[in-house]
Amino acid sequence: MTTIPMETGLLLAGVLFMLGLISVMIRRNIIFMLISVEIMLNAAGLAFIVAGNHWAQPDGQIMFIFILTMAAAEVSVGLALILQIHHQLKTLNSDAANFMKG
Amino acid sequence: MGELLWLIPALPFAGALLLVLFGNRVSRALVSAIGVGSVGISAAVTLVLGIQYLSSRPAFIRQEVWQWFDVAGFSPSIAFHLDALSMVFIFVITFVGFLIHIYSTEYMAEDKDYARFFACMNLFVGSMLMLVMADNLLLLYLGWEGVGLCSYLLIGFWYKEPANGYAARKAFIITRVGDTAMAIGLFMLFQHFGTLHIQSISTEAAQVWSIGNETALIIALLLLGGAVGKSGQLPLQTWLPDAMAGPTPVSALIHAATMVTAGVYLIARMHVVFELAPAAMMAVAVIGAVTLLIAGFAALTQYDIKRVLAYSTISQVGYMFLALGVGAWSSGVFHFMIHGFFKALLFLCAGAIILALHHEQDMRKMGGLSKKLPVVFYTFLIGAASLAAFPLVSAGFYSKDQILWLQLAGENGNIWLYLAGLLGAFITSIYTFRMVFLTFYGEEKTHVGHKPTLAITVPLVILAVLSFAGGFIELPHNFGHVVLFSDFLAPILPAVTMVPDFNQYEWMLQLLAAVISLGGIFIAYLFYYKKPELIDSIHRSETTMAIHRFWHSGWGFDQLYDTLFVRPYVYLSKVNKSDFIDSIYTFIANATQGLHQLFARTQTGVMRNYVAGVVVGAIMILTISLLL
Amino acid sequence: MELTFYIAAAVAVLATIMVITRFNMIHALLYLVVSFLAVAVVFLTLGAPFMAALEVIVYAGAIVVLIIFVIMMLSLTREDVEQEKAWLQPKLWLGPALLSFALLAELVYLLVIAEMPAAPAAASYVDARAVGLALYGPYVLGVQLSGILLMAGIVGAYHLGRQKKKVIHRFLQEKEPQKERSAAI
Repeated sequence: MTTIPMETGLLLAGVLFMLGLISVMIRRNIIFMLISVEIMLNAAGLAFIVAGNHWAQPDGQIMFIFILTMAAAEVSVGLALILQIHHQLKTLNSDAANFMKG
Repeated sequence: MGELLWLIPALPFAGALLLVLFGNRVSRALVSAIGVGSVGISAAVTLVLGIQYLSSRPAFIRQEVWQWFDVAGFSPSIAFHLDALSMVFIFVITFVGFLIHIYSTEYMAEDKDYARFFACMNLFVGSMLMLVMADNLLLLYLGWEGVGLCSYLLIGFWYKEPANGYAARKAFIITRVGDTAMAIGLFMLFQHFGTLHIQSISTEAAQVWSIGNETALIIALLLLGGAVGKSGQLPLQTWLPDAMAGPTPVSALIHAATMVTAGVYLIARMHVVFELAPAAMMAVAVIGAVTLLIAGFAALTQYDIKRVLAYSTISQVGYMFLALGVGAWSSGVFHFMIHGFFKALLFLCAGAIILALHHEQDMRKMGGLSKKLPVVFYTFLIGAASLAAFPLVSAGFYSKDQILWLQLAGENGNIWLYLAGLLGAFITSIYTFRMVFLTFYGEEKTHVGHKPTLAITVPLVILAVLSFAGGFIELPHNFGHVVLFSDFLAPILPAVTMVPDFNQYEWMLQLLAAVISLGGIFIAYLFYYKKPELIDSIHRSETTMAIHRFWHSGWGFDQLYDTLFVRPYVYLSKVNKSDFIDSIYTFIANATQGLHQLFARTQTGVMRNYVAGVVVGAIMILTISLLL
Repeated sequence: MELTFYIAAAVAVLATIMVITRFNMIHALLYLVVSFLAVAVVFLTLGAPFMAALEVIVYAGAIVVLIIFVIMMLSLTREDVEQEKAWLQPKLWLGPALLSFALLAELVYLLVIAEMPAAPAAASYVDARAVGLALYGPYVLGVQLSGILLMAGIVGAYHLGRQKKKVIHRFLQEKEPQKERSAAI
């Protein structure tokens, strides 16, 4: 149906992943970090879809469904943690939660 | 018969246990009753068994109490073995031990650790009984170590004095050297026979090994090492004079009934192995001869009455080794028995003197005691006569004469051993009567405080009778020819192979021994009673004083071992204070700690850094996999 | 169709760049929705319509809505935006960006040197029916594990989200007792 080469799809996934990674590294706001992680997860799912459709197999899409499930669970727990951190530290700065530094 | 056998060692052990548990809570009278009673009943049981044994004359009685353990075919049992040899030892241990216990009730009456003393004494007697009654060498070794432990406890009995603790440790460590050799010997025996049962080893050894076998020689020498350590023979004799730090009854027990004679027992018990190794036999004889001379000369110069007796014990045990070394097994055991009587007597007399003179042990401060302490004097005189082998009337004469005679008449003896023994006998009578003259004659120098009562005098008199009459159960060929003792031991210990046609010289040798003994007494009389100024003139000379100091220090063995072993060891331990083997482990610990501190620093609590770390790691892994 | 893919891909990348450069969280989230929708279009062009629908419903819908709710609960103000701006100094960008570009370069290199096998002759269209059959066939164990994961997520979120009683870890209490007390007031 399409003739989009797999490299292109994977490249897109790689770029998205890299953007998410940069964001995780430069942000201090813990909500932004969570959003960046979502971007990265989405990129990983995209890579699975690209590969699965290249071989015309459903496995790639199934992996995407699992990633989706995992992302949903992760976001719910992550947001609960963010609420706790904000409640206790009165800030969203992730560097503030460094009580256990060596 | 023999059902009561287990009671003999069990009773002293039970007494020790009771005293350890309850000794401090009950009255002194009860402590004495338990301490003395347990050994006393044990002696009574011995007497009953002895009468039964003599009337039926079985080869041996064995009683298995229970199986100790059973591992891979090695199954020693707690079993007791009674034959003529162990009978003699049990008899001496229980009876002499009993008398010493009675004596102790008065000697230790003032001591606040009364119960502890009797607990240790009972344990000592029990361990020694287990040693001589053991059916296998493992049980024997248990008793052997028990004796070592008790000697430590009792020598260091007055532990508040640092010197006593030092003497106790010295005794323990030096005998440990011998014990280690003995343990290795036992391992080798087990390796060759798969058992430590004494009877099996004795029967099998003669079949497996021929005479002169190297393994037999090594084992015999290792066992000799153990015997030398326990019996205070050269080169491990240095602990015995220092062992005088303990209370005097302890010295009597160590020297007469227990501990020191353990080595004699071991060699006599394992005589089959020794007979297969003539070189080891020779070593036993030479050690005995050299020891008896060295200890004799050292005894000449001592001033402490107990140290004189200690050196005389080393010397007399040397005689026993001399007898064992030429295969005169029963003579060695005979001398052990007689020595047990008179040495216990001498020590107990010395104890009575020390008690009377407010714990004064220096003979230069004694004198003129023959009037003040008549019972002690006469009993001491009998003991001294026996030690000096006073001809015809003393027991020591018969036992010692037999040993000397067999040095020449026995096939394994030789003239040098005989001469050493003869010279030793001469010295023995000199130092013995030097002790008598210094202590009992001359003017009184210290006030006599404590007069001995019945608890002291009765054991003294009994022992004096034994020291006097004990010799008449074994008389030489040419007068009486009584051989009760060697007949008694004949089933266990083989007789000496005699040189043919030598009997006609026996009376000459006896005469020589008698003259030597009397000559020694005369010299002591001359120097220490008649003309004391002779001694002063000797003391003025520088060379003789140097020899005197050398002998006084026990031939410098302590200094020698100090330079050879103690100082290098202390030096090494000082150099290696922080144990270099340990440094390997401390290095591991330090490295771990260092790495921990290093990596703990990376834990900044800043999450971005962690992510960056992950990324760097991913890049590195990818790069490496690309490059490869 | 190819053109659609490239346009959607470009939108996705641009929207993501916007996401990571915004200082206001709500703006970032709106761009995130755009990014997710673009990716959904990419899925459509790749021949995975079911996944495109899931992407829109779950990512662009549920997850983003969840985050928005949380942001509303935290009641952020203009100061937080200023704070965000202050935190995002350009010098902070450089190192992470370089690292990420190195990683991307390696990925690209790997893609270039890899010998892509030819796609099978059949059309690369995988319909929802095939996915469903595979999901409840060979992958049924994974479905069950996902169920357990979601369950754990619900329980965890409930447990962590409770705020009735102040739950302070004992380490935090010991370390900064005064700060905690002031926080409680």
